[in-house]
Order: sequence, then structure tokens, then C-alpha cells
Amino acid sequence: MTSPTNGLRCRECGRLFGSKALYVCEWCFGPLEVVYDYDAVARRVDHARIAGGPPSIWRYADLLPADPVGAVDLGAGYTPLIRADRLAAELGLGELWLKDDTRNPTGSFKDRVTSVALTRARELGFKVAACASTGNLANSVAAHAARAGMECYVFVPADLERTKITTTAVFGARVVAIDGVYDEVNRLCAEIADERDDWAFVNINLRAYYAEGSKTVAFEVAEQLGWELPDHVVVPIASGSLLTKIDKGFSELGLVGLVEGDRRVRISGAQAAGCAPVAKALAAGAEVPTPVRPDTIAKSLAIGSPADGEAALRAVRSSSGSIAAATDAEIIDGIRLLARTEGIFAETAGGVTIACLAILAREGVVRRDERVVACITGTGLKTVEAFGDTLGASAVIKPSFDAFTELEESWRNPK
Amino acid sequence: MSIVVRIPSQLRPLTGGKREVVVEASTVGEALDDLEAHHPGLKARIVDETGQLRRFVNVFLADRDVRFLDGLDTPVQDGQTLSVVPAISGG
Repeated sequence: MTSPTNGLRCRECGRLFGSKALYVCEWCFGPLEVVYDYDAVARRVDHARIAGGPPSIWRYADLLPADPVGAVDLGAGYTPLIRADRLAAELGLGELWLKDDTRNPTGSFKDRVTSVALTRARELGFKVAACASTGNLANSVAAHAARAGMECYVFVPADLERTKITTTAVFGARVVAIDGVYDEVNRLCAEIADERDDWAFVNINLRAYYAEGSKTVAFEVAEQLGWELPDHVVVPIASGSLLTKIDKGFSELGLVGLVEGDRRVRISGAQAAGCAPVAKALAAGAEVPTPVRPDTIAKSLAIGSPADGEAALRAVRSSSGSIAAATDAEIIDGIRLLARTEGIFAETAGGVTIACLAILAREGVVRRDERVVACITGTGLKTVEAFGDTLGASAVIKPSFDAFTELEESWRNPK
Repeated sequence: MSIVVRIPSQLRPLTGGKREVVVEASTVGEALDDLEAHHPGLKARIVDETGQLRRFVNVFLADRDVRFLDGLDTPVQDGQTLSVVPAISGG
């Protein structure tokens, strides 16, 4: 099967381009969007065809811009959708589900987008994979590049969690740490991408293809709910791409007849208070987020100048959603709440999602009568340092039963 | 003041393929005007009809985003570099 796409279209000015590696609209620098022939997809796709596909994002290849035959594939996607009754009870919610993307090959949802981007990159003849990253993408691109036998360069802010550097370098990637925030790393990469046209920067010149991978979150949620749409989805916002594409994914399911009707799923966003340009724009009634300088422990969400911020705002507003922002303390509490109620250890971005879900539930934005899905986008094992020394052994004792009973006594009767 | 403007690949057809262009200006806005005088059509790609920087373009003076400075009114110093970079983002 070949890719079902009909090239790229500028989201800003509407100009059309071929299906190549284009970085932005050549006229106005606007973001590019893959164009599909939905009628053709609708004629081909049905529930049985998808059920017969692999247990990965590639079961939805009919709505992805790359050929699944020969995909750069480590098994991204088709992660569990878990009913979270204990967490729901804590938050005063009814039917709550967690999309557990900690269970991807490199521990985050980025494997979805990377698999699509590098598959397309190989189709276009690129031999070098690269990215600007806050860490999760670095892990993912390095792993998928290794799998594909591609040379790999990743650019990260120098203050990134140590674990994310180790878990990138191990795949043989060259890791370049930049003395600056993510937005500065990104800018440098845009300049490098401009000068090295044989490099596939997954989130720059391959961005239009890359971003499409995030739609699979929506496809999976609907399939796992028995081909029904949820009422409300809560998604963390960094660049805004994930939220925008989940919204697009739900609409596409209606367009190609995989779900009944065209009911709109409400989409709400989650940001860290230390980097909340999109939440602020929503509150201020602005159409475009004003860039901020990030200062938050949620480093994977620390994008002060979100490229898809405006699109994310539109998706939230038009679906009657909202956006909350969580402080560092609330983020840590969110991680711990999720861990102790549902047994899932999420990274700081997951803490943001849970903390914001709690805020939105308190505000009555996310309602008890709704079927709610919260997206847990990455594993906590990568950001253990967010806890510092606050979590450790409860006690250190001698290897004797007496010492243990003494300890139990001290727990029962704290001094 | 004479400054260097770095041109992104999308705009190089307008500069005859040149990556860098030297202009005379005392502010970022004047730099764009001088660019336009020598390479007609360039300014409209960077600045919209209302005179604002286009939403999807970033302009950096000595590596600092001019949106965080005084925008097009930001004064320039002799020998500084002005980079025009499409706004993109990942994470």
C-alpha cells in the first residue's frame, strides 16, 4: 500500500505543496498539514481491517502519511486504556479512563510521532535523523534511528534531566547540549535544518508528517471504547501539537465512517503554571499565545513559544473545553496521586495532566456525568530527580526481627 | 549602522541565493526597509499588511528574540547580526 496523502497544505494561507520534506509554508512560514482523500480512505477502511492490523500505530496506516510496509517500527502505540475508578473517586469524577502512554517503547507518546516521521524520512531518502528535544523526543528519535540504521543527532537544553541524556546517548546518538532554553535549541535547529538539507529533523522539516502520529491516540481511545467517542479528553500542552492532533483524530473517525455521527469531543488542556502561554491566552480571550520564558519542573512541557499554540486554543474553544495550569507543588502531588491510586508512575507532564484534571473537576469544567479520558504521556522513571530527596526509604534498620517490630511500633505510636 | 541579516532558505530566491545580506539601519524595522529597497518583495514575507511581524516568523537580534525587546523599534548596533527564522516548535 502506498501513502494515502495528497501532499501538504499551509494551515495559514492555504497554499498547496507536494508530499516532500518541507519545513514550513514557502510563502508565509505557516505550519503545513497533510492532505488526505477521505472519501478514498472511507471506501477502504472499516473496523475489521483495523482489528486485523498490528498492535501498534500502524493498524491505522490508512490515516497516516507513510507506508506501513517497511515502517521504522519499535511497536509504538496501541497502549492500554485503563479504567481509573480509584482516581475518579478522589477527584469526584464518574467514568474516568487513563491512556497509558508510559507503555511505549521509549516510555512516551513521542514514539508515535517518531515512528511516522522516520518512516517518511526513509521514504524521502534521508540518511540522518535529528531533532530538537526536551528529552522524550530525544530518546525516541535515537532509538528509532538505531533501529533504522540512521545516523542520529539530538539537540537538547543543557539543564535537561540527566536520565534523559543517558537514555538517548545509549542508542549511539550524538547528543548536543545547548546552553539555553528549549526555544533557543529549537531556533538553532531551525537554522541547522536550513543549512543541512540531507538531515531529517523530525520536528522541523518532517514536522507535518511527524505530528500526524499523534492522531493515533484518538484512534486508539475510540477503538478501545468499542468504537465510541469519549465526552471529554484532557491533554498536556507543550507545542500544542498533541492536543490539536487528538482533536483532528476524533474528527477524522467521523469523516471516514469509523464512528457514528459527528459529535464533538470536548478537549481540555493542561499546562505547568511556570510555562502556561496557552492557558493565559485562553483566560485573556487572546487568539495567539504571547511567548513566555519557561520556569517549571515539567521540562518536557517547557516550550515558551508553542508553534501550535494558536491551533490548540482554537480546538479547546471550539470544543467547549478549557485549559488549567498547575504549580510545581501541584505537579508533584499529581504524580503521587496517580501513582498511589492507579499504580502508574508518570513523568512530570503526567503530574501536570492529573493536577489540571483535578482543577478542572473542581471548577466543574470536567463533569461527573462525562466519560473522561486523561492522557498520561510519559513514564516517571525519566524524571525521578523532580522528587529530589523527598522520597526515600521509610527507615533503615538492622537485619533483625526485633528491630523490625520496634519500627512497626514507632509507626503505630509516632512520637 | 551596518548589520548582517541572515536569510532563511525560503527567502533566498529573493536575495539571489545569498545567505547573508548587509544592510544599513538604526532599528530592526529600518533594517527590513533597507532589505526591501535592495530585494523587493522580501519585507512582505516577514511583515504583514498591518506592519506587524508575521505570526510564523521570528526575528533575532544578536540571538535575542526582538518580540522580547522593542519589536521592530529595537535599536541595532554596528556589526550585529539579525536572523530571520521561521517559527517552528517541537518538544
